[in-house]
Amino acid sequence: MIVRAEGAPRRPERLRRFELAPVRGIWRHELALYKRYWKSQSFASMVEPTFFLLAFGYGFGSMVAAIGDYRYLDFVATGVVGTAALFTSVFPGMFNGYIRRVFQHTYDAILATPVDVHELVTAEALWIAAKSAVYSCTPLIVALFFGLDPSPGMLLVPIVTFFTALGFGLFGMWTSSVVPSINSFDYVITGVVTPLFLIAGTFFPVGTLPGWARHAAQLNPLFHCVELVRHAVFGLRPLADLGHLGALVLFAALMWLIAVRGMRRRLIG
Amino acid sequence: MTLHGARLATTEASGGAAAISLRGVVKRFGDFTAVDGLDLDVPSGSCLGLLGPNGAGKSTTMKMLTAQAIADEGTIDVLGFSVPRESKRARAAMGVVPQQDNLDEELTARENLEVFAHLYRVPRGERRRAVDDALALAHLTDRQRTKVDDLSGGMRRRLLIARGLVHRPALVLLDEPTVGLDPQVRAELWGLIDGLRSRGTTVLMSTHYIEEAERLADECALMSHGRVIARGSPAGLVAEHAGARVVEHYGPPDRLADVERLARGAGLPTRRTGPSVSVLRAESIPPSLDERLGPDGVRRAASLEDVFVVLTGERVE
Repeated sequence: MIVRAEGAPRRPERLRRFELAPVRGIWRHELALYKRYWKSQSFASMVEPTFFLLAFGYGFGSMVAAIGDYRYLDFVATGVVGTAALFTSVFPGMFNGYIRRVFQHTYDAILATPVDVHELVTAEALWIAAKSAVYSCTPLIVALFFGLDPSPGMLLVPIVTFFTALGFGLFGMWTSSVVPSINSFDYVITGVVTPLFLIAGTFFPVGTLPGWARHAAQLNPLFHCVELVRHAVFGLRPLADLGHLGALVLFAALMWLIAVRGMRRRLIG
Repeated sequence: MTLHGARLATTEASGGAAAISLRGVVKRFGDFTAVDGLDLDVPSGSCLGLLGPNGAGKSTTMKMLTAQAIADEGTIDVLGFSVPRESKRARAAMGVVPQQDNLDEELTARENLEVFAHLYRVPRGERRRAVDDALALAHLTDRQRTKVDDLSGGMRRRLLIARGLVHRPALVLLDEPTVGLDPQVRAELWGLIDGLRSRGTTVLMSTHYIEEAERLADECALMSHGRVIARGSPAGLVAEHAGARVVEHYGPPDRLADVERLARGAGLPTRRTGPSVSVLRAESIPPSLDERLGPDGVRRAASLEDVFVVLTGERVE
């Protein structure tokens, strides 16, 4: 038993409503975990878009040479950036949110320290978004090897995917606070995530859809993400793009509100 | 700083008042009232054992102190901070060791402590030292690179305690710190907890292991149905509610019922102890009753467990 002299107890400084220290602490946790799984995640994020581009670009692309002004392979490559942003954010949001809350009780441990629920949710979502922003660019890098022309606008893509992933990560965390059991995620995945992924102009243009579906796509954040990614890569349309970005930011803000509320309801008795 | 000085400093930090103070605290979950008008003070620098059967409201009380449960009525002060309004400041100054192991199994012992040194805002320059000290405290310096998943149950519990101490808090909440552990491991943890108290750290420990409370607590508060029904030093509680000695009578059910009837008729408390009936306050058994109870009684010292059962009832709900 080591006897330690107590440091002179300092009266803790006044703690503000929202602080960066909890975010740093939670990111430290994420970073420690990331050291364990970076290889598998990096493998998946590079190889998956390669498969998509091979399958759709060559398979489907042999029937459809171009969509509008885009080569079909370029169309798909930019679409897959959107799906990567969706999948690498909504799934961690859902499953980490649920597992850490219900099975591992990590969130209970964190909330016993000077961290409040809104800081916990924000920090977790920012980590998901930052990681997803980087990883969802890999399809573009892969596509460069398939003949996509590099352009300076590509540098804007991580910003687009960051806000997309922030919204979907928070959406995932919110669903994790709503579902009665982890099995209920089947409803979310099949009922929500799959249609979002298909009706977003990822593999075929939204314009080919019937009228109601075209309007529905306007409500799909992933549609705005994919539009922005294509415009960033092939040429910006400033006015429309501000609208698309606004839609993504609005989506993230709404999801933050309900995710914080849902998590607080579950974590604070 | 000397230990004596540390104790003084800790007392000063909380303004000389109680480290924890609850007044009229009520917590309901739907129709169920888990905590029902609880008044409780924990003096700075002392170890208070919170005793009570399952469902008495011990864990709920612990959760309200960190604002992980919000009281419906009453006031809670922790280290001079009003909870839940200033709970973040209170949480920064206290350590929590939960009943349920919530270490991160994928991380090493050291990484677990490093994360919490961050969360508890140990200044950058002191973090490494704080983590080293916490590892030494938990006797895990040699296992610091081992994943939690590969640690034994006792090691995990030591790490869980060390995690709550990494920022050297003035107050520690221990929720059933030794539940489910071997006697050897439990004894080791008792040494660790006793070390805390001798450093002047205030400890609030919930337990339903009577022996644990007897060994570690300066005072015990016995909880039942969401309120404190008795409070005092372990020895004082035993003397007050169970007397000095106990006689246990063994026999078939009819015989046990007889013993109960006779003892209670003479105003002596009894309790069932499995196959026997214990007659408490045996030192005050009059000779006439002693004769009628028969010579088969086994004498033993009264214990806190007797107090526990007499005050909280024989049946567990």
